[in-house]
Amino acid sequence: MNPAPGQTPLLDVHDLSVTFRMYDKTLRQHNLQVISELSVTVNQGEILAIAGSSGSGKSLLAHAVLGLLPANATVSGRMLYQGQELTPSRQEQLRGKEIALTPQAVTYLDPLLRVGDQVRGGNKTAAVTAQREAFQRYDLQSEIEAMFPFQLSGGMARRVLVSTAVLSGARLIIADEPTPGLGADIAQDMMNTFRELADSGKSVILITHDIELACAIADRVAIFYGGTTVEVAAAKDFTAGEAALRHPYSKALYRALPQNGFRPLAGFQPYAGNLPTGCLFTARCGLKTPECNKKIPLRELRGGSVRCVHAT
Amino acid sequence: MSKNALLHIGWTLLRLSSLLVAVSILAFGLVISSPIDPVDAYVGSESGVSQEQRQNVAAYWGLDKPPGERYFIWARNMLAGDMGTSITYRLPVSQVIAERFQTSLALMGTAWVLSGLLGFILGVVAGVYRGSVLDRGIKTFCLILSSTPAFWLGLLLLTLFAVRLEWFPIALAAPIGKLSGEVTLGERIHHLILPSLTLSITGVAAIALHTRQKLIDVMASDYMLFAYARGEKKWPAVRRHGIRNIMLPAITLQFASFSELFGGSVLAEQVFSYPGLGNAATLAGLRGDAPLLLGIALCSAVFVFTGNLLANIIYCLVDPQIREERSHG
Repeated sequence: MNPAPGQTPLLDVHDLSVTFRMYDKTLRQHNLQVISELSVTVNQGEILAIAGSSGSGKSLLAHAVLGLLPANATVSGRMLYQGQELTPSRQEQLRGKEIALTPQAVTYLDPLLRVGDQVRGGNKTAAVTAQREAFQRYDLQSEIEAMFPFQLSGGMARRVLVSTAVLSGARLIIADEPTPGLGADIAQDMMNTFRELADSGKSVILITHDIELACAIADRVAIFYGGTTVEVAAAKDFTAGEAALRHPYSKALYRALPQNGFRPLAGFQPYAGNLPTGCLFTARCGLKTPECNKKIPLRELRGGSVRCVHAT
Repeated sequence: MSKNALLHIGWTLLRLSSLLVAVSILAFGLVISSPIDPVDAYVGSESGVSQEQRQNVAAYWGLDKPPGERYFIWARNMLAGDMGTSITYRLPVSQVIAERFQTSLALMGTAWVLSGLLGFILGVVAGVYRGSVLDRGIKTFCLILSSTPAFWLGLLLLTLFAVRLEWFPIALAAPIGKLSGEVTLGERIHHLILPSLTLSITGVAAIALHTRQKLIDVMASDYMLFAYARGEKKWPAVRRHGIRNIMLPAITLQFASFSELFGGSVLAEQVFSYPGLGNAATLAGLRGDAPLLLGIALCSAVFVFTGNLLANIIYCLVDPQIREERSHG
């Protein structure tokens, strides 16, 4: 679903960079840039899937949007929510109410609090019914609400975490890898829930490794590499085939899928402290020219956007 | 009561009794190998007591028998419920310990509660405001405290509050020259303040520093991040997720500190001439009073054992994960 002309996106992240101030072995301070000039937009009622390998800055984007980066992180660039700047105080206001996070692992639950109590967020008795409904929906038995996080299986924990976001009534749900460890059916159910949420006017950012699953339900897919967006494409481009995609990395990802030949890409993602100037993908790219070493902007191409001078 | 629980209690008692046997043998070994001659200590080394009289004294206290025999006599009487007679006080050991323990308990109890509360509060504040001036202040204070000997601190407090300012009495547990029945609760508390403050301060630093570190870990944890992501504010989140999670190390430390409390009370009671168990232990040591020392050693072993046992029990109540492990293992 492309944005209707003139519609403000719900979330607009523009040229976001996140830098960590760190100390090396000799205790010298240095800066580690983990996200560079990252841009994505999320429209109302759509699912934006964010895909990319580990360490490409996917979870950090989620934390940056919520204003939950650690104190040694510096953020630059712009983040707009409903057209208004996301300042730290606004982030604090919106957290948990307008923008909800579905974290990845059971470690995000307090080990000493009963699950039901955590999902409800404490005090509210009115929330009990809503919590039970949500649990039922995700196939969680009623005993589970009296359990402690360590008693849950990985799949149960994920479903519990997802129900917290559903319960919050937030307009933007950021789901950080909600599916690993789930059975195919439940993963599919969960995806359907996200789709339903999106169809009811909410927006979902789906952070995932599973491109196939993401493409099946997402509207658009953003591909991250080395902490930046290299391509944003309609989900159908991924099903249409290699030619529909724009960036060489997306094409390589496509080729690496089992049904598309299972061909791995040589090399590895550059480490955050050691990023090349210009295109971050040059070291692994077959199209490399001297031009690639310059700063490369994200540009519109065939209804999507791409950060590559060679893309056509 | 389940079979499991009975088994657990039985095992605990077995451990306790083996501990007591070991402690008594060790303590006895240390007493007899000490250079202090109990007869000398009893009659006073400079009094003109004849050799014959000295032998009578030794025979009276049973000090003429070989050490092994003395230990077994003591152990047999002990099992029959007789802890022997204190050479120093010429009273049954059980009576001395009972009286002294009450006085010490008031002192140690106050110090224990004070150090626990104060340490925990300081630790939480420092942890929440990590890196701030407040945090650095508390940290420095704790580091200074933990490297300060209790007796020296006691002397400082005495000099300042008792001698210079005359706010508190210099020594003892009650005013001099009053019958014990006439001493009011207020007077007892007045006498208790300085020694218990001294004793508590040694425990504060450990609790505060550990609590601070644990809270820092908790504040950086995933579940704290998630609490924030769900719109919880800092202090409510600390109350809801922090306190419970940092209570475990604090509880362990606090109950494990029973031993330090006991050790500290020996010094603090000495400085303030506070007539507690610690004071009695010092005197018993100086007089080579084996029955009393053994009694006190056993008593303190039970005391410390109880502390650790309580820590385990409370641990189980607070942390469901440990509860689960226990019931399966």
